[in-house]
Amino acid sequence: MPENQNQNPEAGLPISKIRAGKVSKYTIPHFVAPLDETPLQGVDAVKETGKPLSMWAEAWRSLRKRPLFIISALLIILVIAIATIPGLFTSVDPTSCYLEFSNEGPSSGHPMGYNFQGCDVYARAIHGTRASLMVGIFTTIFVVLIGGTIGALAGFYGGWLDTILARLGDIFFALPMVLGAIIVMQLPAFRDNKSVWTVIVTLAIFGWPQVARITRGAVLEARDADFVKASRALGLSRGKSLLKHVIPNAMAPVIVVATVNLGVYIVAEATLSFLGLGLPFEVMSWGNDISSAQSQLRNNPMMLMWPALFLSVTVLSFIMLGDAVRDALDPKSRKGN
Amino acid sequence: MLAFTLKRFLQLIPVFIGATLLVYFLVFATPGDPISALSGGKPMTPAVESALRAQYNLDQPFWVQYGLYLKNLVTLDLGMSFSGQEVRDLLARAFPVTARLAVMALAIEAVFGIFFGVIAGMRKGKAFDSTVLILSLIVIAIPTFVLGFVLQFVVGVKLEWAKPTVSGGATWGELILPAVVLGLVSFAYVLRLTRTSIIENKQADYVRTATAKGLSRGRVINVHILRNSLIPVVTFLGADLGSLMGGAIVTEGIFNVPGVGNLLYRAILKGETPTVVAVVGVLVIVFVLANLIVDMLYALLDPRIRYA
Repeated sequence: MPENQNQNPEAGLPISKIRAGKVSKYTIPHFVAPLDETPLQGVDAVKETGKPLSMWAEAWRSLRKRPLFIISALLIILVIAIATIPGLFTSVDPTSCYLEFSNEGPSSGHPMGYNFQGCDVYARAIHGTRASLMVGIFTTIFVVLIGGTIGALAGFYGGWLDTILARLGDIFFALPMVLGAIIVMQLPAFRDNKSVWTVIVTLAIFGWPQVARITRGAVLEARDADFVKASRALGLSRGKSLLKHVIPNAMAPVIVVATVNLGVYIVAEATLSFLGLGLPFEVMSWGNDISSAQSQLRNNPMMLMWPALFLSVTVLSFIMLGDAVRDALDPKSRKGN
Repeated sequence: MLAFTLKRFLQLIPVFIGATLLVYFLVFATPGDPISALSGGKPMTPAVESALRAQYNLDQPFWVQYGLYLKNLVTLDLGMSFSGQEVRDLLARAFPVTARLAVMALAIEAVFGIFFGVIAGMRKGKAFDSTVLILSLIVIAIPTFVLGFVLQFVVGVKLEWAKPTVSGGATWGELILPAVVLGLVSFAYVLRLTRTSIIENKQADYVRTATAKGLSRGRVINVHILRNSLIPVVTFLGADLGSLMGGAIVTEGIFNVPGVGNLLYRAILKGETPTVVAVVGVLVIVFVLANLIVDMLYALLDPRIRYA
């Protein structure tokens, strides 16, 4: 290339003239623009001065334009609001039931009618939000803390910890979650203290291996990245480089799985309650309401449909959120959908 | 290939022992005295009681009980249920029913999931794709038991297209509705997985080559793209067979299917250790074997994968 440039008769001409085509009297067999004068900005619009956005900021920029994200985020905010202050959404007391209204249809002030016991279906669904949401959120927190820690340590340090985790994971994977949860909920410590918390602990016991595996994979990938080696070369200790560099860069898949699983745990709680092994009977939850509605399915199917609708919409919004976040964090799927 | 298979079989052993030990311990720790439950809580003579305890090894400490169980297992003696039936016979009756149910569910989710997944993947971003994606999310979000009740009510009771419950024989025809319910959630996952995989592969160079050679669109999709996209889907289906059999507890309860799930659920509530452990053991074996078969299928789908 440099030889070529040297032979160019117009090498001394101002670049603007050459580009404007005002050099026709010269014969130009091969024109190669001088490298240092090629205006890069026009080719690749990279701002050289501005600080590049972090992965999360990039993701957020693409997220907030997605209708799927906006809808699911709004729904989740609504559900959280219902769970924290149910009184805002209904003034009917869900525990004052009148048998004279048993299985009656909707009337003014009671948009979803009454259940078999004559309780307001809408008020019960509103007040049942808290238990279901708590199970989802706290199970997810526990699972991410336990599974994330173990998975990160196993992936980063390897060795015997990794081997044990792999075998443990195999054992837990061979046991379906609902099946294991049924057995654990039968244990005396759990059966005698049935509450939201025992359900959370049970689901966490069988939920962590999945998160541990995903964290392990992500940490393994980030562990050998150049910036981690650089941080070690600069004198950072192993533990510090794990905390400061590896984990932040391995978070993305874990966050996605955690969001989707939050919905899955809500379904699992409802399934356990449906089998009569989940939340205690007196706790108001969607699962318990669906479970008690099944005997009346043929007389009053709406009694089952309404809590099921609340449940499904909540789960759906968490799954949609996870989906949108996954797409936003994956640069490949961001453009040109 | 033989060495690989053998190695995988050996890996099966610790998983099996770990899972049965875990379950054995959990059921062991469950309170409630099965012997006094046998007599309906009425007092029985100490001689009878201790004889019964000895018969079920309940007078032994945990490790001895588990050891005896493993020892009997080698001779295919799975023990007795507390009502005096051989667990082996109970399993022999229930297992084929659940296997039929799970295989049907697996077939339904595989055929429909891959079919719609391919169409959605090839038409990425079009109306069909978006609709199918949203619908699949909705299916995932609805709990299986709600789907079960609604389908049972609508198809079985209102429309009378199928019998709402299953008889003792549990024929193929009767199991269609429960199999649909059982397979529906996984169907959504298969669909999404196929779609993603197809989208990844349809840009590949070999696809362009195949099209440039003048192959028909159908052949390009079915032979070139699909075959290369199937590996993650087959992995999921393999892992799913095990969870379908375990997850059948709810579906079998709703449709009154006399299968493994029903057997297991009742045994857990009764604290019947031999039955619970035997059923879980079978489920674990199915799970691990299905995964083994999946590993073998990899080589069929992708000749680049060899087992040295």
